[in-house]
Amino acid sequence: MAVLVYAEHDNSSIKGATLNTVAAAQAIGGDIHVLVAGSNCQAAAAAAAQIAGVSKVLVADNAAYTNQLAENVSLLVADLGKAYSHILAPATTNGKNFAPRVAALLDVAQISEITKVISADTFERPIYAGNAIATVQALDAIKVLTVRATGFDAVAATGGSAAVEAVATVTDAGTSKFVAEELAKSDRPELTAAKIVVSGGRGMGNGDNFKILYSLADKLGAAVGASRAAVDAGFVPNDMQVGQTGKIVAPQLYVAVGISGAIQHLAGMKDSKVIVAINKDPEAPIFQVADYGLVGDLFDLVPQLEKLV
Amino acid sequence: MKAIVAVKRVVDYNVKVRVKADKTGVELANVKMAINPFCEIAVEEAVRLKEKGIVTEIVVVSIGPKEAQEQIRTAMALGADRGILVETGAEVQPLAVAKLLKAICDQEQPQLVILGKQAIDDDNNQTGQMLAALAGYAQGTFASVVKVEGGKASVTREIDGGFQTVELNLPAVVTTDLRLNEPRYAALPNIMKAKKKPLDVKTPADFGVDVTPRVKTLKVEPPAERSAGIKVKTVEELVAKLKNEAKVI
Repeated sequence: MAVLVYAEHDNSSIKGATLNTVAAAQAIGGDIHVLVAGSNCQAAAAAAAQIAGVSKVLVADNAAYTNQLAENVSLLVADLGKAYSHILAPATTNGKNFAPRVAALLDVAQISEITKVISADTFERPIYAGNAIATVQALDAIKVLTVRATGFDAVAATGGSAAVEAVATVTDAGTSKFVAEELAKSDRPELTAAKIVVSGGRGMGNGDNFKILYSLADKLGAAVGASRAAVDAGFVPNDMQVGQTGKIVAPQLYVAVGISGAIQHLAGMKDSKVIVAINKDPEAPIFQVADYGLVGDLFDLVPQLEKLV
Repeated sequence: MKAIVAVKRVVDYNVKVRVKADKTGVELANVKMAINPFCEIAVEEAVRLKEKGIVTEIVVVSIGPKEAQEQIRTAMALGADRGILVETGAEVQPLAVAKLLKAICDQEQPQLVILGKQAIDDDNNQTGQMLAALAGYAQGTFASVVKVEGGKASVTREIDGGFQTVELNLPAVVTTDLRLNEPRYAALPNIMKAKKKPLDVKTPADFGVDVTPRVKTLKVEPPAERSAGIKVKTVEELVAKLKNEAKVI
């Protein structure tokens, strides 16, 4: 039995979520092979070979995989995946995009966003925006899984010495084309990997006011997130959204500022170790999950907090 | 061109669901049901494309119990032309739904299939991708902008870190993200008119699709409760607690 892990990467380095996915693969057991599909991705492949616990790295280096188009990548993974008992991908937008295609091509089910491995065929996953946890058993021979990174502790990025093997197969469906990409630039840590996250909601009032959160975050070495209300109101870009329909985070410390705590937001952050809520409404639902709550005007309290930390 | 929109009947998103005492699932008896919010966005997008003269006919499809007719009627009140219900009382998982939708696509020959990115009950985020794979279509998932011109669809997708635009050959599958549009409300006269629009009722057997579940739910439990926290009076007290008690800063 061997497990195939799809690596999330930018051709030169491996993204953090891959390390959590390898941890999930270790919990399943068996040899772990990592697939790096991209173009000019030898550096990413070399990085993948260093990951602790990985026995082989497969590299599909071709222009067809430059932008990780689901149509092309899914054909490759389905082709290689036939030889494996499990195919795992991180539950990032990229993983969610191609993995169900792989499952359909193999005529097997997919289990989305697993948070725990019970056995080789049984997994836990949240449903209903995290309001219930389902334990499910996959009945198909090949298990296609996406892994919620916050459910597993990352394995070490170094210490491994896997063999690197080139994959000659090229699968180009020719049905889609990459046009453009627009990525938000940030010097702060990545939201899903940050140890501390400071998030703002509708209570921030406008996008300009977020600067008090940025300056607090910089002092704490934290990432800045937002609720859906703040994103929909146009205060901040949507890739900052924490929630069921945005990013799922589980940092050591989550500071919710001016966020009421709707179900959809809680689904994205309630596994954080310590939650702090700052809100002027003492009845806001966020206080029901917060370890420490502070009732008052965020425009007074946040600058005070910045001075003291 | 013809567009197919898939809609799902789910627990209304405002309902706080409760897990059943016997751990077999969540309590669905006497709970308000509604059209899945992402499916609503899919219907709205199809209607807007029709208003622009790009789409000529909208076929809305739902797979589920008899009561899912309500959600199809809702979609028709918003502007869909006709409906197909694949009626079954059994649990239908994404792979089976994708196979049924593929069979319907084979019959109807649409140029565009629009689905929500995920249903808010099972949170799977699979059906659109699976349909696209089975039909051999290109896909534009998590769409926040959709443009159709010259036999192609240009779709701007929400990805981690920003936006990505792809160009898809038609026919294609698009799955909607929240920011694609703001769905309209159905006007009363349109709700009345929707009652007269055609609605075909089929069964999975009509399409020769085996809907046996491939994933077995062993149990469903409530998530671990967080222990109740405390309210602090001052920022000084908060910082002291974070440093000395929680030791997170």
